[in-house]
Amino acid sequence: MSVQANAPRLSSQERARRRYLTDRAIVNLFIWPTLILLIAINLFPLFYSLYLGFTDYSAIARQVPVWVGFKNFSDILNDQQMWKYFATTGKYALASVGLQTLLGFALAMLVREKFRGSGLLTTLILIPMMISPVVVGLFWKLMYNPTFGFFNYLLGFTNPSTGPDMLASRFAGKVVPNLALWAVVLVDVWMWSPFVMLLVLSGLKAIPDYLYEAAAIDRASSWFQFWRITLPQVAPLLLIAVLFRTIEAFKAFDLVMGMTGGGPGDQTELIAVNLYRQAFLGQWRTGRASALAYIVLIIIIAVSNLYIRYLNKMRGES
Amino acid sequence: MSHVELSNIVKRFPGVTALKGISFDVRDGEFFVLLGPTGAGKTTTLRIIAGLTKQDEGTIRFDGESVDALTPAERDTAFVFQQYSLYPTMTVFDNLAFPLRAPSRRLPEDEIRKRVEVTAEKLRISHLLDRKTAHLSGGEMQRVSIGRAIVREPRIFLMDEPLSNLDAKLREALRVELQHLQKVEGSTTLFVTHDQIEALTMADRIAVLDLGRIRQIGTPEDIYDRPADTFVAQLVGTPRINLFPARRENNHLYIEGSELHLPAPTLDLPERFTLGIRPEDITPSPDGAFAGTLQITEPLGVETILHIRSGERTLQSLIPGMTDLRIGDTVRFDLVQDRLHCFDLDGKRIN
Repeated sequence: MSVQANAPRLSSQERARRRYLTDRAIVNLFIWPTLILLIAINLFPLFYSLYLGFTDYSAIARQVPVWVGFKNFSDILNDQQMWKYFATTGKYALASVGLQTLLGFALAMLVREKFRGSGLLTTLILIPMMISPVVVGLFWKLMYNPTFGFFNYLLGFTNPSTGPDMLASRFAGKVVPNLALWAVVLVDVWMWSPFVMLLVLSGLKAIPDYLYEAAAIDRASSWFQFWRITLPQVAPLLLIAVLFRTIEAFKAFDLVMGMTGGGPGDQTELIAVNLYRQAFLGQWRTGRASALAYIVLIIIIAVSNLYIRYLNKMRGES
Repeated sequence: MSHVELSNIVKRFPGVTALKGISFDVRDGEFFVLLGPTGAGKTTTLRIIAGLTKQDEGTIRFDGESVDALTPAERDTAFVFQQYSLYPTMTVFDNLAFPLRAPSRRLPEDEIRKRVEVTAEKLRISHLLDRKTAHLSGGEMQRVSIGRAIVREPRIFLMDEPLSNLDAKLREALRVELQHLQKVEGSTTLFVTHDQIEALTMADRIAVLDLGRIRQIGTPEDIYDRPADTFVAQLVGTPRINLFPARRENNHLYIEGSELHLPAPTLDLPERFTLGIRPEDITPSPDGAFAGTLQITEPLGVETILHIRSGERTLQSLIPGMTDLRIGDTVRFDLVQDRLHCFDLDGKRIN
């Protein structure tokens, strides 16, 4: 900034240097606000929560964090209840990602060929993805309602006492285990299959027609064309869709919270829901919740790594 | 192998009629070339024969029987695409074996292996059999896709500019190999190209196609020595044929805008017409009957192109070897009188 004081009398060389410095300054000016913001709201909490994971601390207590080493981690990993939540999350992730992949792929194959109204249809299919998850949760909660909900009506159950109560895991008054979990899975599939469809569709459009034409001339059956041409060509994009959805499934919170709040009992208590409960509801066990958050993070990184490795292997081959 | 016959094929696309009544036949064992500029309808013709596109009118017969109702698989053709079209996730071996493994053929695996190996040997790609196709060079890929065509015995080979994505050296080498292969196997081949050299060197017969119409069908000699119209005359031969507006007066031919005139050949020439002279038929010699000024020389090594100015006209002359003529020199030359081409004002050849 001192350069600016004698700005009026500058040789051309100095002016050039000044312009160079000014470019630098502009670069810094653009980058630093973003970096500061990222450090303040991303990096700092990340490392602070890592530290808190090793302490006994409650955000609402008038008490400084007390270092307890790995106690939080060992507590969580020795807690049978926590293992159950992990298992529920695993089940949820497997079911919802699996179904989304199948349905998304099928939808993509369906709207792949241009026909009258295919553009409109594609847009319509994409709508669920664009609605806020909390809103989707509330909508479906109403639709699942056994007395006035649309869901039972469409299934043909008009009498609430003989039909299913999805979110209460009951059918005609009897308990059906995991029905509520499946209800949540169904909504997640409804909401996110379009996402898989979108990615697969872009993969399908990139497959050149002449491959199919060559196969047709070579007398390959359509089944064979699907397995040998379509699937391998789309696989990398499909895998990315699956990766994104798996990460999201492990973090699933808003939808479940909006629909069941983890219930009935703890049937839909996914790990993220439980994390929220430990961190902010009643107990405010900030230290333990931070440790749990890190365990989830490690699981997600591990799973992603598996996918990415497989993806790279596949890319290397083709 | 079989005799393939197209009669009156018409194909319309939205806004354009790609083929306006195409008829020709490819005889058993013949190397037939479809030559034409971009947009002439060559690829469309090929795709219709393969069954990948349906014609709007006309019939295609293989050995006298209509195949119009048959699917591409049932027609039993082999198609070599311009863009290689190899199956990307498979090895070269699997690509070559692919057509043989079709459920309708049911060949035993050791028979397939034998046939693939023989084919690979012919195309000199035996060392590539275990490789994935994505790692091959362009020339290797095109060899594999030609291999995938010749590994079985189709009724006709359809080749859609298979050499045009290759660099010049490779194109030349593969052209010779293809020609050799076709002669040895005696396979019926329909080869599409926009490259007149490919057409002239490889073909038994050529059909020149332009804007969905056939201009001429004939042997390379017919096409070159007796072009049916100015379009064909200009399409084949490098450098291009010299075309000048000319008129007939008192048994003499005059080239408009130039001093050149010569005794009229014994033809029934109209008063005004177009005169065509191949560059190699303009032969410089010290006591030549005509004169002009040398404007440019293009030495190519084996031969040299001379641009000779006469009045407003520039004639291109092709001479063997190099020349010691200088730009600006006066050049005397002769015309090979019995090789002059005359076309009427619509471009049709006058015989």
